[in-house]
Amino acid sequence: MPDGRFGRELLGTYAVWWRELKVFQREKSRVVSSVASPLMWLFLFGGGVGSAISLGGGSYQSFIYPGVLVMAVLFSSVFFGLYIVWDRKLDVLKAVLVAPVSRVSIFFGKVLGGCTDVMIQAMLLSCFAALFPGVNLWMIPVALGILFITSIAMVSLGLAIGSMFESLEGFQVVSTFLVFPLFFLSGALYPVGDNLPGWLQVLVRLNPLTYSVDGVRGALLGLNSFPIIADIGAVALFGVLMILLGSWLFSRMK
Amino acid sequence: MAIIETRRLTKTFGRIQAVRGIDLDIEKGEIFGLLGPNGAGKTTTIGMLCTIVRPTSGTALIDGHDVGREPGEVRRSVGIVFQDPTLDTVLTGRENLALHAMLYGVPSGLRRKRMDELLELVDLKDRADDITRTYSGGMRRRLELARGLLHRPAVLFLDEPTLGLDPQTRARTWEYIRRMARNEKTTVVLTTHYMEEAEQVCDRVGIIDHGRIIALDTPERLKQQLGGYMVVLRAKDPPLGTIRALPYVSEVKESDGTLEIAVKEAHLHLPDLLSKVPNVECVETRVPTLNDVFIKLTGRDIREQDPGEDLGGWVESVARYRQRGK
Ligand SMILES: Nc1ncnc2c1ncn2[C@@H]1O[C@H](COP(=O)(O)OP(=O)(O)OP(=O)(O)O)[C@@H](O)[C@H]1O
Ligand SMILES: [Mg+2]
Repeated sequence: MPDGRFGRELLGTYAVWWRELKVFQREKSRVVSSVASPLMWLFLFGGGVGSAISLGGGSYQSFIYPGVLVMAVLFSSVFFGLYIVWDRKLDVLKAVLVAPVSRVSIFFGKVLGGCTDVMIQAMLLSCFAALFPGVNLWMIPVALGILFITSIAMVSLGLAIGSMFESLEGFQVVSTFLVFPLFFLSGALYPVGDNLPGWLQVLVRLNPLTYSVDGVRGALLGLNSFPIIADIGAVALFGVLMILLGSWLFSRMK
Repeated sequence: MAIIETRRLTKTFGRIQAVRGIDLDIEKGEIFGLLGPNGAGKTTTIGMLCTIVRPTSGTALIDGHDVGREPGEVRRSVGIVFQDPTLDTVLTGRENLALHAMLYGVPSGLRRKRMDELLELVDLKDRADDITRTYSGGMRRRLELARGLLHRPAVLFLDEPTLGLDPQTRARTWEYIRRMARNEKTTVVLTTHYMEEAEQVCDRVGIIDHGRIIALDTPERLKQQLGGYMVVLRAKDPPLGTIRALPYVSEVKESDGTLEIAVKEAHLHLPDLLSKVPNVECVETRVPTLNDVFIKLTGRDIREQDPGEDLGGWVESVARYRQRGK
């Protein structure tokens, strides 16, 4: 079947992706918990805060719904990528890495595997869209598209970081100093207009996730600060950078 | 032409000289054993031969391909079973094989057939669709053997294939290895601590110590070097110097009052030997083993560890292996 180098590399990517799907199938409890925690943000956090304030003319819950989608994608993607630290510890990867397939192909298999997991989760969450007034259901495919690009970028970032760590101790550091700041500074939970203090505004604008949130919120609620196409461009650019960084670090990994 | 050819193959990790200039020629179809104590450099050597460790200097050719310049070709021609288990324990046995068949580019039409053949070979047919987390240590090792053979490698490397297995399972695993080498006409390079087992399966062995090959021959010829028999005797205050000086004694090893003496033509010299040792409590003769060869060459027992780190390493790898079973 696959003749030539390209075919073999493609089959290698497919093999790694196929493996990730099998793992995903077997770990259904992970799916449940990965959907449950965003739902808690929406209903327990959003419901509580929403009873005190309203934003953009609609309910607070509707306002944070796009943000929570991005949050779910962020967390699942980065931690999926970081999980290779564990794979390496258990030597599962060792047998894969010695096969005659380039590291880059294996990297892409991992990225696709992670994105598939994450997008299944995002689609499950998008089923709840109808519960939030003001959400334009027709625009869900656009929102999922933006989430997909975000997921590629974030899985790559997770793999990039995971390639550098030898032990799981790094997990805590990454979630405290990277994932949470990315989340809080993305405008997922509050609007990022001129109301913000200057220093916060700068950080928010530097955060690539801001554009994911803005794009998804623009698509679903029409409440965007930047043109959606610019949001998509920013996220895609970030994605390309992360793929380059991730595949480079993954190739150098010992 | 030899299928594996190394010249002055060397690897240093910082200050540690793991492999110090190894020259090896391994012929096609051979079962070759690399024997040596912990830390001798066995795993590092295998790592260099399958391109996952970059040699510091020297060359190695596998089936005519240079490990440094043509790693892709080399990887396609070798299969490897690592010292530490590397099965994907979330997948079933069959899925583990399928994953590797794809990674090695086994044509899709052939995959099923190869997988069935190999599952049959290692007696795992009826457990093939169980998740490998539920396998015993021996079953996992067998599946790894099968996985290493999927793409019909020219050379199969087995790093401690029987580590952490009980004696019965070890014996059966060796049986599989012999069967595989025969059926698949694969060249097998293996490492082990179990000298007695190595001499039964290996056509030739290389004894490696501190990164150097110190002996290389068939097990029979290595043992013949010792000459004749091993005389094992217990005695109070044996006159070690006198015994060593006897012309027909080639090697003496003492541990807690028990002497192991390599004696040429023991049937002739035993009476004389016994007359030189007062207070003999008991005596026994046996044929020499590769371990006796090792002791003669290094002054140490392969199973005796250099105290400290190395033993820790071995115990730890056994413990790790066991742990995987849970
Ligand atoms: N990645 C590494 N970094 C530093 N030192 C290493 C590395 N790998 C091996 N060594 C050292 O090289 C030497 C040879 O190790 P190697 O694993 O090849 O021995 P071995 O013969 O396989 O031993 P064992 O029987 O315990 O498996 C040891 O001193 C070991 O500590
Ligand atoms: Mg070893």
